[in-house]
Amino acid sequence: MADDKQTSGESTTKSKGFWAKLKRGLGMTHTEVIERIQASVQGRDVIDEETLEDLEETLLAADLGVATTMELVDGIRDQVRSGQARDVVRLRELLQDQAAILLLDAPRPRPVPAPRVTLVIGVNGVGKTTTIAKLAHRARDVGERVLLAAGDTFRAAAIEQLVVWGERLGVEVIRSKAGGDPAAVVFDAMQAAKARRADHVIVDTAGRLHTKSHLMDELAKIGRVIEREASEFSVQTLLVVDATNGQNAIQQAKEFTRIVPVDGLVLTKLDGTAKGGVVLAIARELRLPVLHLGVGEGSGDLVDFHARDFARALFGEP
Amino acid sequence: MFDGLQGKLEGVFSRLRGQGKVSEDDLRRAMREIRLALLDADVNVQVVRDFVASVQQKALGEEVLRSLTPDQQVLKIVRDELNQLLGEPGQELQLKGRPAVVMLCGLQGSGKTTTIGKLAKRLRDKQHKNPVLVAGDLQRAAAIEQLRQVGAAIDVPVITPREGEDVVAFAPRALREAREGGRDVVLFDTAGRLHVDDSLMDELRSLVQVVSPQELLFVCDAMTGQDAVRSAAHFAGALPVSGVILTKLDGDSRGGAALSIRAVAEVPIRFVGVGEKVEDLELFQPERTTSRILGMGDMLSLIEKAEQAIDKDQAERMAQRIARRQFTLEDLRDQLRQIRKMGPLGQLMEMLPKTGPFKGLAGAGAQVDETRLVAIEALINSMTPREREKPGLLNASRKRRIAAGSGRTVQELNQLLKQYKQMQKMMKRMKGGFLRGALG
Repeated sequence: MADDKQTSGESTTKSKGFWAKLKRGLGMTHTEVIERIQASVQGRDVIDEETLEDLEETLLAADLGVATTMELVDGIRDQVRSGQARDVVRLRELLQDQAAILLLDAPRPRPVPAPRVTLVIGVNGVGKTTTIAKLAHRARDVGERVLLAAGDTFRAAAIEQLVVWGERLGVEVIRSKAGGDPAAVVFDAMQAAKARRADHVIVDTAGRLHTKSHLMDELAKIGRVIEREASEFSVQTLLVVDATNGQNAIQQAKEFTRIVPVDGLVLTKLDGTAKGGVVLAIARELRLPVLHLGVGEGSGDLVDFHARDFARALFGEP
Repeated sequence: MFDGLQGKLEGVFSRLRGQGKVSEDDLRRAMREIRLALLDADVNVQVVRDFVASVQQKALGEEVLRSLTPDQQVLKIVRDELNQLLGEPGQELQLKGRPAVVMLCGLQGSGKTTTIGKLAKRLRDKQHKNPVLVAGDLQRAAAIEQLRQVGAAIDVPVITPREGEDVVAFAPRALREAREGGRDVVLFDTAGRLHVDDSLMDELRSLVQVVSPQELLFVCDAMTGQDAVRSAAHFAGALPVSGVILTKLDGDSRGGAALSIRAVAEVPIRFVGVGEKVEDLELFQPERTTSRILGMGDMLSLIEKAEQAIDKDQAERMAQRIARRQFTLEDLRDQLRQIRKMGPLGQLMEMLPKTGPFKGLAGAGAQVDETRLVAIEALINSMTPREREKPGLLNASRKRRIAAGSGRTVQELNQLLKQYKQMQKMMKRMKGGFLRGALG
């Protein structure tokens, strides 16, 4: 790491491993879900119908959604009925297994060789710009030459927000005037990327509710610009989802994937009071790989997603 | 997908229709459907439990068991209960004092800054106030700049902190400046946080003490899941929150958060944000939210939109033309434009009830291809006025010219002409009064 400017946005927990960050990130969820499970097994020996009903409530309260909750609980009920697992101490382990299976069922992320372009999309207010700062920070740390493209020309001061991050990280931001054409910004960014021999261009896009039109046109145009101007770059599209969103997050992901091929998800705000259970619901419904988790406000607070670890962090150690 | 509670309840009771007797077991299944519907709408688990218990009690009391239309009965109970729980319709802001102080608080990304712009515009245009915005979010990168741009867009001034000035020192200065500048309402933006943490609450508390707002509004993203209750309760518990503004209701979120917040935090919902534009802020209406939560469509909003978008004189003219069988391609284009003015088609379809005559339509709504409307318009635009009057003129060479001019294909043009012919046939069978009645 060349520079260690102590600006407020830089992470203070850089050296801590995945596990520590994730635990910290999932802190609230962690304790609450685990405490509720704990309470429901208290004073019981075997997993009975009442235990399962309690579990159902707990999972629903963690934003897993009705369908996913039913699937997990039914899975455990089957195992209990078939006599494979009746002891109440095994409840958490069963739950973790079920959750991990569900998460591992998503396809593996497609390899995106350098030089690459990452398009970051999502609805308003999910934390796209902060996520881009985090992705840039990480890319820079592994020695990539990074360039940011301020493609959100719609929201007031979105460009300035990205520029502030660029300054903090020492990463160049290609920008135009507010209200400009995002594809033109990407065009400029790709020219700059070729001139500077950049390895990684990260493109911010305007947030919008997935029910609005024109997103497809805009993204298609950006895609054409990249194809025409810099066909040697491989392109991936990441969808950013707010972990505090409820079941509507599934709807968002569905709509976006209908419009544009999404390569993976980044889940943000896991350090809030978020439950994060909606990740399981999305994984189940959409079979999309979760790539990263945002676990803090600093640019270093991004961790890779591991299904088993996530299940463990969500439901606690057995 | 989810078909709306109405459909599910119809399903539960359908085989009993006409037999006039509903068993306890049927009722139990109906309650289960209600429970799942509410959970799917992101209503808080606890709130759902209480709600279902109370509906069940009412259902037993109102002799649903012997009713001929148990589904309607149960649905009515659910609706009434929801309306009651959601409380009063939203009230306009109470503005006393000079200047009156309105403060917004909420979590990150909930839409505080956008909402403040909408409120300012509303105050100025509807209540003839002279508002000023105050940039109290010193945390997020470029938040002050964002407010400055929001202010510039609606032509309302923004007071910003000086370099290094902390928010508690800045606040009284901002008030003073507002008063001296002859402003009668001060809208105060504050920093959002990810968690409800103590330092945020302390900062907000001291701000509240310094500026003593008449209205302290909690801004909440309508898409929030089970956690909505926790943050709302925290804010309302620690601060004198006078109302909630629910944002991003223009998405397809069912907005169950509204119910949870109302039930747990016991703070009235005042406004809802329904779009990206600065006009898109409405007073909260419980019946609409009820319909939304239940997936019953939002006919009221749809009718309102239609009223806004459709020019009555034009509709009248159109009806007369149809009566005289003069519906040309030009008229078709005008109609399409009016429809598109109402907003994205998919969104309109979402507002339709998901049962009854519109069954199946809403699901298709998501797939409505707006690009087709654009294509039709482009094709008609590329015709000469004479061709629009008399499509019979269109020979192969003219068709090729139109296709090239509009960037579409001749096949698409032929398809359009075929559809237009069918429409004409239909209209011949129709009396002119029909459209006039429907639109006028």
